Amino acid sequence: MNACLRAGRMGERWSLVTSIITFVILLVAMVLADSRPAYTLPVHNLKNVRAIPAFARKYGLPCSACHTAWPELNNFGMTFRDNGYQLNNDHDSPIYQDPGYFPITMRVTPNWHRESANNQMLDPASTEGTARQGTITTHGFDLSGMDIWATGTIFKNISFSLLPSAGTDNPADPGHILFHFENAFIRFDNVLGSRWVNVKLGKFELDNLISEKRFLFLSANGGSYQLYHFLPPGSTNDFGLGDNQLGVELMGHSVNSYTRYSVALLSSNSGTPTLPNSRGYDVYATVSQAFQVGKLGLQRIQGYAYVGERPTIFPTSGGSPILGAGIGNKSFYRVGFAGSFNVGRLELLPFFMHGYDNAYLGNALPATATLPPGAIGPTWNGGFLETHLHLNPQFVFTNRYEVIRMSRQANPGIPWNLGNTEAYSVGYRWYPIMFSRGGLAFHNEYSLLKTQGSGGPGSIFDPTAAVWSNSLLAGFDFAF
Amino acid sequence: MKMKNAIMIVAVLLASGATSAFAQEAHIGNLQGRASAGKTLYRRYCIGCHGAQGNGAGENAAWVDPKPRDFTAGVFKCRSTPTGTMPTDQDLFDAITRGFVTTSMPAWKPLTDQNRADLVAYIKTFSAKWQSGAPGAPIAIPAESAVTIESILHGRELFQKMECWKCHGPAGHGDGPSAASLTDSKDNPIRPYNFAVGSRFKCGITNEDLYRIFMTGLDGTPMPSFADVIKPQEAWDLVHFLRTLQPLETKEASVWKEWQLKEPAKAKALKAIGPDQGTMQGSL
Repeated sequence: MNACLRAGRMGERWSLVTSIITFVILLVAMVLADSRPAYTLPVHNLKNVRAIPAFARKYGLPCSACHTAWPELNNFGMTFRDNGYQLNNDHDSPIYQDPGYFPITMRVTPNWHRESANNQMLDPASTEGTARQGTITTHGFDLSGMDIWATGTIFKNISFSLLPSAGTDNPADPGHILFHFENAFIRFDNVLGSRWVNVKLGKFELDNLISEKRFLFLSANGGSYQLYHFLPPGSTNDFGLGDNQLGVELMGHSVNSYTRYSVALLSSNSGTPTLPNSRGYDVYATVSQAFQVGKLGLQRIQGYAYVGERPTIFPTSGGSPILGAGIGNKSFYRVGFAGSFNVGRLELLPFFMHGYDNAYLGNALPATATLPPGAIGPTWNGGFLETHLHLNPQFVFTNRYEVIRMSRQANPGIPWNLGNTEAYSVGYRWYPIMFSRGGLAFHNEYSLLKTQGSGGPGSIFDPTAAVWSNSLLAGFDFAF
Repeated sequence: MKMKNAIMIVAVLLASGATSAFAQEAHIGNLQGRASAGKTLYRRYCIGCHGAQGNGAGENAAWVDPKPRDFTAGVFKCRSTPTGTMPTDQDLFDAITRGFVTTSMPAWKPLTDQNRADLVAYIKTFSAKWQSGAPGAPIAIPAESAVTIESILHGRELFQKMECWKCHGPAGHGDGPSAASLTDSKDNPIRPYNFAVGSRFKCGITNEDLYRIFMTGLDGTPMPSFADVIKPQEAWDLVHFLRTLQPLETKEASVWKEWQLKEPAKAKALKAIGPDQGTMQGSL
């Protein structure tokens, strides 16, 4: 047994050693590659860049004009997006473009990554007949899902976006490529000649100041905001603030987008087409204001509120669920604020959320059931602080600390701290290639996630034991 | 002797340093722009078109039409100062803020005021002209005269007399007989402004902005200054006429349309603008 444990430890050490070696090889390969900064390249080399990103090809602006560090938008990029992907230079309509122009961009990230998580329940068969809690570690070369994004204007003041996405979301069937529409919408801009009236219909990202779709983290743990997808233990709610939703949005903005608002009416299906669950509706509203603070730069705060409902009863026909016929809707909400503060080259992104799910959602009970004694709607609070240090337009250090604390569990039987979460990510992105027609980023990231009770229901071990998982990722993120 | 040389060298260095320091600042109202800060911003926002050297040879220049401004030449279109002089810091600041309609130069208003001031300071480091002389004094703009049909008709006569139509076309569509052969100071093809589609002018949106364009010219382009050719009152008349060519509901367009309805015979008798100067030009 001791020999086995020693062997296991040796294996883990060797795994770590190989991880470091692989990481170093990648780093050396990067340094040896021809990675001169794009801005030093002579013009004649540009002809080697064949592929052309959608907006750069149309307007001839560098990536950094719209992005602090792509894909994150700066205020100029946000204004451009708010204008319906238009510069309002009287040449926005595609009739002014070369007929060969096609507004499409592709992005994918070949990478090497390592994942490790402790306190995982391992079945007896895999551990010499003894069930145990163990650490699972894996690593290897991999690909991110590929984005093929077409977006732009159909005509002056009519814009669109279509983002089909493909990826292997099911580890048990890695050869099965899943395809879905990450977003697909049409937008009528400056309705009635007013920038305060823009109407968007389709599937789109919620108007979050701190966008999860455009952020600078890619690893398994760091690649999403925990708060944007957090659900209290046992809840049947499936809502995520970071998930694109189906609906209609009315938004408006000032000429420089310093003042913005949005109100969206959304189908209560968490962005899934074909109305799988519900015929209910949610509402999301935001308002934000930016202000200049001298040499510090632009500062912005946003308030937001999402109020929604989810069914608790799912009628069936012949034993099969009837699509879109869910009833017994119960409510939930998420409210809070976000900020974007700049201190010279340092960008601070604070975020706070208070969440609530109805007692029936929290206890996974149909609306016709009687709530058990002490059952109540679970509530929680959380927040994160993300920092970006932009050494220059081609290099950014990233850092994020996130915490979620349950303030009220759905029933007295749930341990008070079950679901509590802490996450930390750190990394950097270097953009050796930042042409207006293509971009390459060398991305390195480490992230750590502590979740209280991921043992989950049915675990033979302490369900509240903290699970630590960490991710290490190095890859080349490119878009063209 | 060595001591003397050393003093000379130090004096030259100090002098060049002082000049350089002068050139690396910009003053717009209460804002003070710093070239050091502007350099980072320039790299982020401007380098793709205007190039690292500021010579308009950025990686996108080959695909941009009209071509990006060459800051090393120290020649700028939109100025409040007389033709041949350098613009004020405010002029450069306004140009960055406003952008240039129908070109690839967007309005950078989403940037902070400080950012734009810093960019002005950095742009001024590209040309030695900023070190050798001060910008010109802004021209005086007299109060605008009343918008009357007489003013518009006189402006129309000036449009013919000064041969504006040769470039801008008889109807202001930018399709005059000379339009196809126009080039800028770097021999790049350049198109005259089309009043029929532009919602705003190259250097602004107000009548005052249009007046300023006549009287200062757009340096580096075939559009000359008319300051020595027409009187201020005549310039306002020309402004009032040109406003009638835009697809906008301006006060001038309203006065013009009312007159045509009220005096159809006189309107019909107007000589057409252009080389032939015929007898009738219904709406123009």
